Amino acid sequence: MNQKKNEISALSLLREERMPHIWCPGCGLGTVLNAFLNALIKSELPLEKMAVVSGIGCTGRTAGYVKLDSFHTTHGRAIPFATGLKLANPELNVVVVSGDGDLASIGGNHLIHAARRNMDITIICVNNFNYGMTGGQVAPTTPLTARTSTSPYGCSEPPFSLPSLVAAAGGAYVARWTAMHVRQMTKAFVEAMLKPGFSFVEVISPCPTQYGRKNQQATGLAQMNYYRDNSVIKHGADPQDVSIEFNGTITVGKFVDIERPTFSDLREEIVGAKFNPESKA
Amino acid sequence: MSSNGPLTGEFFMNGDIACAEGGISAGCRFFAGYPITPATEVAERMAERLPEIGGTFIQMEDEIASMAAILGGSWGGAKSMTSTSGPGFSLMMENLGLGAMLETPCVLVNVQRAGPSTGLPTAPQQGDMMQARWGSHGLYPMIALAPCSPQEIFDLTIKAFNLSEKYRTPVLVMADESVGHMSEKVVIPPPEEIELVSRKKPTAPPGEYIPYKPDDDLVPPMGLTGEGYYFHVTGLTHDERGYPDMSADAQERLIRRLINKIELNKNDIIEVEEDQIEGADVVVCSYGISARVALLAIKSAREEGIKVGMLRLVTVWPFPDQRIREVATKIKAFVVPELNNGQIALEVERCAGGAAETVLVGHMGGAVHDPQVILEAIRKAAK
Repeated sequence: MNQKKNEISALSLLREERMPHIWCPGCGLGTVLNAFLNALIKSELPLEKMAVVSGIGCTGRTAGYVKLDSFHTTHGRAIPFATGLKLANPELNVVVVSGDGDLASIGGNHLIHAARRNMDITIICVNNFNYGMTGGQVAPTTPLTARTSTSPYGCSEPPFSLPSLVAAAGGAYVARWTAMHVRQMTKAFVEAMLKPGFSFVEVISPCPTQYGRKNQQATGLAQMNYYRDNSVIKHGADPQDVSIEFNGTITVGKFVDIERPTFSDLREEIVGAKFNPESKA
Repeated sequence: MSSNGPLTGEFFMNGDIACAEGGISAGCRFFAGYPITPATEVAERMAERLPEIGGTFIQMEDEIASMAAILGGSWGGAKSMTSTSGPGFSLMMENLGLGAMLETPCVLVNVQRAGPSTGLPTAPQQGDMMQARWGSHGLYPMIALAPCSPQEIFDLTIKAFNLSEKYRTPVLVMADESVGHMSEKVVIPPPEEIELVSRKKPTAPPGEYIPYKPDDDLVPPMGLTGEGYYFHVTGLTHDERGYPDMSADAQERLIRRLINKIELNKNDIIEVEEDQIEGADVVVCSYGISARVALLAIKSAREEGIKVGMLRLVTVWPFPDQRIREVATKIKAFVVPELNNGQIALEVERCAGGAAETVLVGHMGGAVHDPQVILEAIRKAAK
């Protein structure tokens, strides 16, 4: 990464007084944050109209590190909070940055309904296959047979494949990358933020302290090597075909990029007819 | 029904609809809710009315999302509101705590029905009065108002917005099924006669704004999203900058202030209605529909020559401790009718401190009291 100009700019969007961050050595979240800030600069969206909303967990701390209007909310509720924010002030560009447990387990209902509505918000979902902050418990994304502190004999439940879930629910933009794919991830963030409607980027990210340690990938490097050796780029892949098996292939790429009327488009079309323009004055 | 703004005039409407109109008159322009008996009509009215006046209604996927959405709406700059009943109220407790922690103005209406669990969806109870005070985990302040008629739910919804904006805190309107579904005359004054309060805006320029630095009234001015303040807010214990601080000192400073901003402003917040307390032997202390039902018992008792006063709690939380203490020294007994097995009666008893007896007239809900039962209690207490 020799993009010195961008690095300096990304740094200026970081709340330096909050450093050091809480993330472990080898964690992928710093990489994701850096990619997000660079994407924000590349998108040329006005910074004062950006809002970052996070839930709870390691990824949930992202909101606290960005020099933007930012909200660290309750576990699983970042999306409905973001929904209220966007509807009350449609000028805002609202990005939810949160983890797989937060968004797909406790917040799973909100995730699918926001996708169904095609709410005009962007979701960055960092998936590390487990609950890192609380000590590495099984998640709805943990691959079958993977070990975690609450699946000590191996996970016996099949996981959600998040791109498939969000695509089925109606997401207008769905992509997946890993923390190793920095340039592609950054580009996906830009596209997602500029996409009208519900955009969703999953980033598979190392958690060596919790997930990796229990699954023979005890360092960030080991997990990155796994991503490098097993990622297959397939743009336009059918989201139903991108499930991740334990230590198996990770299909990455842009899977969905469709035009679909957003929540606001439809509301204006259907309900808007009842607006009386005079009353808005 | 069509109007391009807040209504003005005399109307025949039920409490739920009066509540929605109160919200509109108070300036509410964002409503997120979920259907639930007996509060559904509040949401239905908002779904019809808000688009006419440039507001936004959204039916969320559940009550958890509804409460989260109105917090977001408030931070986006809209006066925001939701309504629900017992089962939904339980789900909203999570983000009610976040609202208190982030100091987010918003109004939550609970049209109480009989519980626990699904209970009696179409019948009243006042079983959520303690949940209103303590339902979310941890320590936080709460303001709750208890209307006894469609007119009053209109008035108190406006008051709830004003208090929530003034003190930057969620405010509860604790109605019940009988008030929500009762139809009566509601007088809506012209907008210029309705006093509205809006949250304090920061006076400091964006670079110097400290999001949780309070003014002398302990309430910090509130910068809105998208105005260039670049603020951070968190449900974690935080310092004046809004940054997490995991120390006992920070916890003490923040939570003490949150509680004090209501406690020290109690005189401004608390409203009670009193009648013939001077010289009374017995005072009926109640709220909401129970206070209204008790009026008949009070009238009958007076006709029998019993000296009975009435103290109606318009504000239930914060509790009017001081006034109850004063009255307790002058009377024999409080009679407390409520549609539960003793929630506010416990508070009355605590404040009476033995100076006067406290007689609960409990009722498990499903209907309102038989005034005769309240009358019997007054007779006994007067002896």
